[in-house]
Amino acid sequence: MEFFAWCVMAAGIGMGIGSFGTGIGQGLAIKSAVEGVARNPGASGKILTTMMIGLAMIESLAIYVFVVSMIILFANPFVDTATKLTIAEMVAR
Amino acid sequence: MTHPFLIFQWLEGQFHSHLGNHVTYAWLVMAILILVSFLASRSIKMVPGAVQNLMEAVVSGIDGLLEDTMGKEGKAYFPLIATFALFILVSNLFALIPGFYPPTANLNTNVALALTVFVMTHIVGLRKHGLAYVKHFMGPILWLSPLIFVIEIIGHIARPLSLSLRLFGNMYGHEVVLMIFIGLVPFLLPVPMMLMGVLIAFIQTFVFTLLAMIYMAGALEEAH
Repeated sequence: MEFFAWCVMAAGIGMGIGSFGTGIGQGLAIKSAVEGVARNPGASGKILTTMMIGLAMIESLAIYVFVVSMIILFANPFVDTATKLTIAEMVAR
Repeated sequence: MTHPFLIFQWLEGQFHSHLGNHVTYAWLVMAILILVSFLASRSIKMVPGAVQNLMEAVVSGIDGLLEDTMGKEGKAYFPLIATFALFILVSNLFALIPGFYPPTANLNTNVALALTVFVMTHIVGLRKHGLAYVKHFMGPILWLSPLIFVIEIIGHIARPLSLSLRLFGNMYGHEVVLMIFIGLVPFLLPVPMMLMGVLIAFIQTFVFTLLAMIYMAGALEEAH
């Protein structure tokens, strides 16, 4: 029974920790991009393009965490084993 | 997590062929792309009409990007890169049409695309450099070569993984969030998410295409 509780906790807390790092990383990227455009407004096209690519790369780390959370919640490979073990334990009591 | 009613999946269910959602909708993407290309190139004029103008803008945009990234010898790979870009763009935009399912929201389509890029990188490198392609994996210092070989192999395997998972996570996450929002407040709450969906569709296409070009350019360049 606690297996499922731990699964849900892992998915939720993992996603929170993953978003934390991504937020900081993307904030730093945008900070530099905005400073670059402020210094040199003519180069804003190239700076914007590079910033978009950088943001997508950093975003992908949060996406990996999301994929793992989805796997834990919806495609969990241990669900059958855990259910069997829980039922066996309840029967044994 | 069941999906709502999908038009083409219902149609395909009538034939009892048990194909997945993503297969049917990938066929739909292909049909739309072929149809638009055919209509655009039917009677090419010097002063272009509407469809031809649109396709010319898209194709020349991709061409300019390709030239920036890969240089002169990159022109040969234009059909592959442009196919990736157009297929992924139209597939991603399907996520916003009710009753349609984006084939890129399924891991199988994305792994197929990423493996194509992966195999193509190595074929391109082997074709240009022959067996000296192994020097790409060696690194600059000779006696560190075994270690750097292992690290390069791991880096190379991480490429299709990251390409496929990035696209899959973005599209699937968008679908999940839309389903949850529609379940919560169907009235106007999904609209900002759909706007972000348009932005994400374009950005993810751009990133996938750009990364594919960078990997191929990396295989084409001289090793040090």
